[in-house]
Amino acid sequence: MDTAEKHIINTLDLSIGYASKRATSTIAQHINIELHEGHFVCLLGKNGIGKSTLLRTLTKVQPQLKGDIFIKSKKLVAINNTELSKNISVVLTEKLPENNLSVFELVALGRQPYTNWIGNLTDTDVDFIQQALKQTNTLHLANSKCFELSDGQLQKVLIARALAQNTPIIVLDEPTAHLDIHHTIETFSLLKKLTEIHHKTIIISTHEINLSLQLADELWLMTPSNFISGKVEKLIETDKLDLLFDSDLIHFDKNLKQFIISGK
Amino acid sequence: MISNVKSYKITFLILLLALVIVALINLSLGSVKIPLKQLLAILLNKPAIKESWEIIVLNYRLPKAITAIIVGSGLSISGLLMQTLFRNPLAGPFVLGISSGASLGVAILVLGVSFLGIHFNSFAFTSLGQAIAASIGSFLVLLAVMVAALKVRNTMSILIIGLMFGSLTAAIISVLAYFSSANQLQQYLFWSFGSLGNLSWNEITILFSVFLIGITLVTFIIKPLNSLLLGENYAKSMGVHVVKTRNLTLIATSLLTGVITAFSGPIAFIGLAVPHLTKLLFHTSNHKILIPAVAMSGAIIMLVCDSISQLPNTAYTLPINAITSLFGAPIVIWLLIRKRKINY
Repeated sequence: MDTAEKHIINTLDLSIGYASKRATSTIAQHINIELHEGHFVCLLGKNGIGKSTLLRTLTKVQPQLKGDIFIKSKKLVAINNTELSKNISVVLTEKLPENNLSVFELVALGRQPYTNWIGNLTDTDVDFIQQALKQTNTLHLANSKCFELSDGQLQKVLIARALAQNTPIIVLDEPTAHLDIHHTIETFSLLKKLTEIHHKTIIISTHEINLSLQLADELWLMTPSNFISGKVEKLIETDKLDLLFDSDLIHFDKNLKQFIISGK
Repeated sequence: MISNVKSYKITFLILLLALVIVALINLSLGSVKIPLKQLLAILLNKPAIKESWEIIVLNYRLPKAITAIIVGSGLSISGLLMQTLFRNPLAGPFVLGISSGASLGVAILVLGVSFLGIHFNSFAFTSLGQAIAASIGSFLVLLAVMVAALKVRNTMSILIIGLMFGSLTAAIISVLAYFSSANQLQQYLFWSFGSLGNLSWNEITILFSVFLIGITLVTFIIKPLNSLLLGENYAKSMGVHVVKTRNLTLIATSLLTGVITAFSGPIAFIGLAVPHLTKLLFHTSNHKILIPAVAMSGAIIMLVCDSISQLPNTAYTLPINAITSLFGAPIVIWLLIRKRKINY
């Protein structure tokens, strides 16, 4: 129990996937996570390996098939929506439905777990919203409409919304998928800063392997055969990164710390 | 500096003023012209010059104006709820098959009596009889849609199921119409034209009570509806119980639309168009602003349509359903072309 206390998220022999009445399709199994508070985690894996499924399962969007998930040592299934919303906030890949929300209004939605029945904002709520806008460097956009924003700006505003929700854990599904290299690096360093300064625990799924190796405190690798987690250096040393792609085309070069094309 | 919540006080004040003016104009117009001073006197319960004016205002025009306000705001709110829930600008209060259900109820009552060999012809031709038939019809279709909604998790599928029920009932009505007499057909047609008049104070009390229940439910879903603007997954992550919110929205809509359709017939256009007009006016997606705004705009537009349908100073009254679309549709088209883009 003592060791579990220190973990903000841990899982025991977790299996993820999709179950229907007729068939169960397991996407990954034997997932054992022990995540410390304030860590920046990058979840790596090839397309279709189940990164989103894992994040969806950890955030209770879909149920696990087997095993247990604990958030701050409490079983995820025993945590109700409201309590969960004060512990985990998310930034999703899905496109926002068309709306006429201003940036301020969108970020303010992050305060919903704390506001009264009709959603009135208190001074505290406004403070949190302002802080979130400042931290993401989007304060100047507060009165703009969300549909006017560029992809890079919108991503920062969505992160601001998650920050306004004031949760110890933030989960982001491919936050840099549509961004250019400048905005990608900006997003990564913002997330890193949030873990360092504000002690947030941040989990992202990403294909930015190089940036992940440089900035992550911990990597979660989803390989075709199993789930591996650990510190970056240790994973490089034990050749675990090579397991990500079962391909003859590329391999991981330990010295360069990046994937290179094989046979050149 | 950030403006916390943009102030809409002035816009609301203008709307309120417009509502009062339109209501007064509506009350003073008709086959008999009543001067404004006399009208105010009657409304303030003072004696008027002619006793007949009092009767006209209190027993005929005031009930009709109140019905118009309830119908306009109720249908508009329902339309807004459906557009947010289904994230579809084409959704309106009738997408769940409510109006088809009501039509089917009335069609069976009016057209089906001879078909079924039952003799309650006289009852079939009263407005209360038709209201009851419409209520039962819309309730049954809605029940079927709700049962389907429990099985289906996808909100879009519910929309399609509602539309399918609509086609199904329309087909049944065609069959019934084919076997009906001209007299019965005319009676059914009159109901389908929609009508704001003919309601007694008792019927208005029923209408208003159900309307109030619906509105009360709506106030409790304002907050979750706002988070649904970001999609169901975001809403869930912010602690919203999505299924509960969806069911409450469906219940509120069916109560509002069901009772309105029962008493005034299937009134087209208002529920679909007023939310769009209001969003153009208010530039917001926040339901805390939109719901009262939509309710007031709906009431105003319904009163205006009703005033036009009277053909002032004549004894003729056009079908309200024709007026709402005839005048409303071009306005919405014009606004859309001018603004090019509407956001929800």
